[in-house]
Amino acid sequence: MPSSIPAELSGAAVQQAGRAKESGFSLMLSELRVLFGRRRTWALLLALAAIPVLVAVAVRVSSTVPPGRGPAFLDRISQNGLFVAFTAMLVSVPLFLPLTVGVVAGDTIAGEASHGTLRYLLVAPAGRVRLLLVKYAGALVFCVVAPLTVGVAGAAIGAALFPVGPVTLLSGDVIQPAEAAVRILLIAAYLAVSLAGLSAVGLFLSTLTVVPVGAMAATVVASVVSQVLDQLPQLEWLHPWLFSHYWLGFGDMLRQPLLWDSFIDNALLQAGYIAVFGALAYGRFVTKDVLS
Amino acid sequence: MSPAGGTGSGTPGLTIETQGLTKRFGHQVAVDGVDLAVPPGSVFGFLGPNGSGKTTTIRMLLGLAAASAGTVSLLGMEMPARFRDVLPRVGALVEGPAFYPFLSGAGNLHRLDAAGPRTVPATRRARVNLALERVGLSHAAGKKVHAYSLGMKQRLGIANALLSHRDLLVLDEPTNGLDPQGTREVRNLVRSLARDGATVFVSSHLLAEVEQMCTHAAVMSAGRLVAQGPLADLRRAGHVRIRLVTPDGGNARTVLTRLGLVPEGGGVEPDGDVLLAGLGAPSADGGHLPEDIVGHLVGAGIRVRGFTMERESLEDRFVALTGEGFDVAQ
Repeated sequence: MPSSIPAELSGAAVQQAGRAKESGFSLMLSELRVLFGRRRTWALLLALAAIPVLVAVAVRVSSTVPPGRGPAFLDRISQNGLFVAFTAMLVSVPLFLPLTVGVVAGDTIAGEASHGTLRYLLVAPAGRVRLLLVKYAGALVFCVVAPLTVGVAGAAIGAALFPVGPVTLLSGDVIQPAEAAVRILLIAAYLAVSLAGLSAVGLFLSTLTVVPVGAMAATVVASVVSQVLDQLPQLEWLHPWLFSHYWLGFGDMLRQPLLWDSFIDNALLQAGYIAVFGALAYGRFVTKDVLS
Repeated sequence: MSPAGGTGSGTPGLTIETQGLTKRFGHQVAVDGVDLAVPPGSVFGFLGPNGSGKTTTIRMLLGLAAASAGTVSLLGMEMPARFRDVLPRVGALVEGPAFYPFLSGAGNLHRLDAAGPRTVPATRRARVNLALERVGLSHAAGKKVHAYSLGMKQRLGIANALLSHRDLLVLDEPTNGLDPQGTREVRNLVRSLARDGATVFVSSHLLAEVEQMCTHAAVMSAGRLVAQGPLADLRRAGHVRIRLVTPDGGNARTVLTRLGLVPEGGGVEPDGDVLLAGLGAPSADGGHLPEDIVGHLVGAGIRVRGFTMERESLEDRFVALTGEGFDVAQ
């Protein structure tokens, strides 16, 4: 075994890097590599991509869909394949998207703790605040990728199985397929913002335990509870404060001209959840004894 | 007990210094007023039975757990306040290796190296390869860690501690799970690190290992630091004891007590009772020469059938300090 590290690889170089280069860039890159390099993440995305495929195939093999039955847009798919994307995104909002986001957000800190890698990241030293920010940023990237996967897979399978043509919007206006594709991206963005609050809740729950499955389940339960409460008319005063309140409000992205009200209300609400649960996660994590 | 004391934290010259370091979990005191003093350049053995507070102490040194009371200074800087300046210079193996099972050995090291805010990405690949080579894992660099044996994971953990130039290495049970060949390699590695000027803090419950590679040692028992110092002093502090075999146990006990010794029963043999008594440091004033003791005994009419002097090994010393058997201290 060689007994010493060559000078150019040793302390001098480490010190030179200095404080100026102390950014989260390297760690962020590594976080994304770990997140999207593991099979579980791909399984989640594949499961999401399977939703539009199922919808499209079901419509293709059934003779006709009676108008007004099933999820919105379903009856229009056979005339225009792009509606597969809209239908699939709508269908995946209540359960499938929160489920996958719950898995990723619940795993952020608890997953590292259960592997024991948390102590090595902190000794590296990743820094607790920096690690928390990078972990949340990684979960946010997943929040962007997940609805995008549904939308893109939906448009692709729709175009493959059905004709594609101009899309009639909820406002009655007709837009060209290219602009419809932009609307699909806008809805994906809307859903990404919608899931940001839930991710913050998941991040906080993840700092409470070393059992990632517990944090994941708790995050998913939180999303279900929020949606159930949103259905109870007796709690109407509470509804605007529930993080799932605007989840299905992306219909405004399908109007001409575009209505940004629900997008902005949603973004403000999610920002509030990020602030509150981010602060809770911070308060918990910076003082936590890492004993796993 | 605690040499080179000092008032403020960060006494110049000490690589690790703790003062009154205490950790409570609820009502249980896991670490109780520990004053460690680890001189630079030493290979410092940190001994203690399971559950004596070694790992908790190490967690506090590295800022993983907060101290309930007391101070820690590493490399002359206060911890955990200055972790950004301290930890890049510290390599650590804490309570066994831990890795992402779905990443390769090299992938894991890349990940942990990237976590450090000041590591240089340009040299990362070279440093990872070198660290793998140093622990003999180059051939398994691309293999997923879930396929690693315990010994390979242990080596990878040590490689992680060696990713950058380190002034201090904190190795918690580094030879755990290693075969005799691997144990030897770790011993040589520790020596070579010390030769290069690093301070190595090794926790272990393997006394032979500590005797072979350490220059200094400290012993923990039930959360307290019960001994600390250069290994030679510790061993010498183990003193010498006499072992007396006589049928006149009762009278012999009286004579020995009159001489200022503290006899203990050591069992019964066919030739009579066995009495053991520590002699104190041979050079200390008032210490008795063994021949004088025999003279006193014979003069008092005691039939001495066996009289030997025994030098305590580090193991005896360790057992004397920490207690015997499976009663893990709580």
